[in-house]
Amino acid sequence: MTAVALRGAIELGLLYALVTAGLFLSYRILNLADLTVDGSFTLGGAASIMVALTGHPWLGILAGVLTGALAGLVTAVMQTKLGIQPILAGILTMTGLYSINLRVMDGRASVNVIGKVTVFTPFQNALGDLGKLVLIALVGAVALGLLVLFLCTQVGLAVRATGDNERMVRSSSVNVDLMKTLGLVLANALVGLSGALLAQYQQSCDVGMGTGVVVIGLASLIIGEAVFGTLVYFCTKRQGVLTGAGCAVVGAVLYRLIIALVIQYNNAPALRFLHITASDMKLLSALIVVVAISYPALRSAAALRRKRARTQKQAKGGGS
Amino acid sequence: MLELSHLVKTFHPGTVNERRAIRDLSLTVPEGQFVTVIGGNGAGKSTLLNLISGALFPDSGSVRLDGQDVTFLPEHRRARDIGRLFQDPLMGTAPNMTLEENLSLAYLRGSHRTFAPAPSRKNEAFFREKLRSLDLGLEDRLKTRVGLLSGGQRQALTLLMATVATPRLLLLDEHTAALDPATADKVLALTDRIVRENRITTLMITHNMASALALGDRTLMLEQGEILLDVSGEERASMTVDALLERFQHQSGAQLVNDRLLLSRG
Ligand SMILES: Nc1ncnc2c1ncn2[C@@H]1O[C@H](COP(=O)(O)OP(=O)(O)OP(=O)(O)O)[C@@H](O)[C@H]1O
Ligand SMILES: [Mg+2]
Repeated sequence: MTAVALRGAIELGLLYALVTAGLFLSYRILNLADLTVDGSFTLGGAASIMVALTGHPWLGILAGVLTGALAGLVTAVMQTKLGIQPILAGILTMTGLYSINLRVMDGRASVNVIGKVTVFTPFQNALGDLGKLVLIALVGAVALGLLVLFLCTQVGLAVRATGDNERMVRSSSVNVDLMKTLGLVLANALVGLSGALLAQYQQSCDVGMGTGVVVIGLASLIIGEAVFGTLVYFCTKRQGVLTGAGCAVVGAVLYRLIIALVIQYNNAPALRFLHITASDMKLLSALIVVVAISYPALRSAAALRRKRARTQKQAKGGGS
Repeated sequence: MLELSHLVKTFHPGTVNERRAIRDLSLTVPEGQFVTVIGGNGAGKSTLLNLISGALFPDSGSVRLDGQDVTFLPEHRRARDIGRLFQDPLMGTAPNMTLEENLSLAYLRGSHRTFAPAPSRKNEAFFREKLRSLDLGLEDRLKTRVGLLSGGQRQALTLLMATVATPRLLLLDEHTAALDPATADKVLALTDRIVRENRITTLMITHNMASALALGDRTLMLEQGEILLDVSGEERASMTVDALLERFQHQSGAQLVNDRLLLSRG
């Protein structure tokens, strides 16, 4: 892989690591499948681009974070106050956001900031090719650092426990609805930040930018947990919040490296007949998520089958 | 002090499934009193505790805790003053978090949660000491996931969590029923000690008539959502399980047809 391709993959990986960290918070910690993400990602991108067009790229990033958080709040209110099932609440927000995102982008399906100043411009001027990577790494480190710190506070502890045993948390005098809301707001703020940065990174935002981001994020998280999480657990026998954030980063970067490799080698003899392109990665992501989530069920079904076969054999052996 | 006045709770009113679970129940429990509650299946014991804890709201009547009317206060707000244990040991603890994290969460009951670090180093020794007092060897396992503990250990931990920030009221709903007899005895003894040491006003539901009489200061018997029997003091001190059953039959004017209650006389 060329240095440019490698750097590009790492840049994208670190950008998407923010989405993955958001899903770590909503899916892993709060145990909520939050489909808002597809919409809030684009919303963050759209807000970022439109504000950047006015000449204030950093305000654009802030707008991305805040609008993402707002999207999370809408979903959270639907879930906790209006009695809408968590998955449906996310789908409703995501669907509504499609129209809103188009409005934010002045009715255009795609908006670009080519030739305008973005948050990356000064970094590229000062550091050249490494500029983008440095900025992404900085923002990512700050955002994930804050997330980890938050989860290690008294409030963060209550959020974490909410996903584990809601009833116990309530009897510890914690407002469970508030904790879920807080978690969803933070998760989508991270997603909005990711979208905002990505839009300025690629100097454009299109209305389909967020499609499938949830699944990509989940797949990345699962890859990260399988590789980094297992490694950390093997070495330290601990699974902490910090490990979770690490899994998000490692998983997202590995995911982008896999894509880069697939694109590079899709003409290799063994793969050529499949005609794999980057757009096939969404299918692959979906498969990764299906396999990873169904793995425990498949394993116990297999164990049961083995056990049954064994007892039947014994019964036969005893009878003859 | 807990004051219940004229509580009424009917499930599914106006339908064929209508169930009057609590009918015009009034009760005053003075500060620091330990009350045991017995009664047959469906007598309304759990419903009563749910009304007090705020998991359910009554149709009429009021719940006052230390003079404050809490009848319609949401459950998590009331939980500031109320510790609670259920029959299922899995209910009271977060399995994927460590003992230390569970205790930290419980220890903050009633106080305002801030952005201070938690679990914090400075509580570690205190938690260790508290765990040591359970005498289950848990003091060395602060960093262990609670999901790895046995049912009895988890229930003992839950008891500690419910009382580590001393509540004004402790509600126990058959909290030893799912444990094996030896463990149940141990948890029961712990309960008695913790309640006594901290002088916590307590309501404990049990199906074991012997422990209903042996523990606490006062015994209530519920039937059909009403208090049928309320014994304390001398009368209770000299009461045997057989006498209790006799009083119950006399009072209710009916034969006690409750296998579970009869089975657990010992
Ligand atoms: N959520 C509910 N919906 C409908 N009916 C209910 C509900 N909860 C309790 N009941 C009914 O109210 C009555 C009292 O139930 P409760 O659970 O308080 O009994 P209990 O004394 O705790 O019995 P047990 O010893 O079996 O735990 C029962 O007849 C029960 O069927
Ligand atoms: Mg009950």
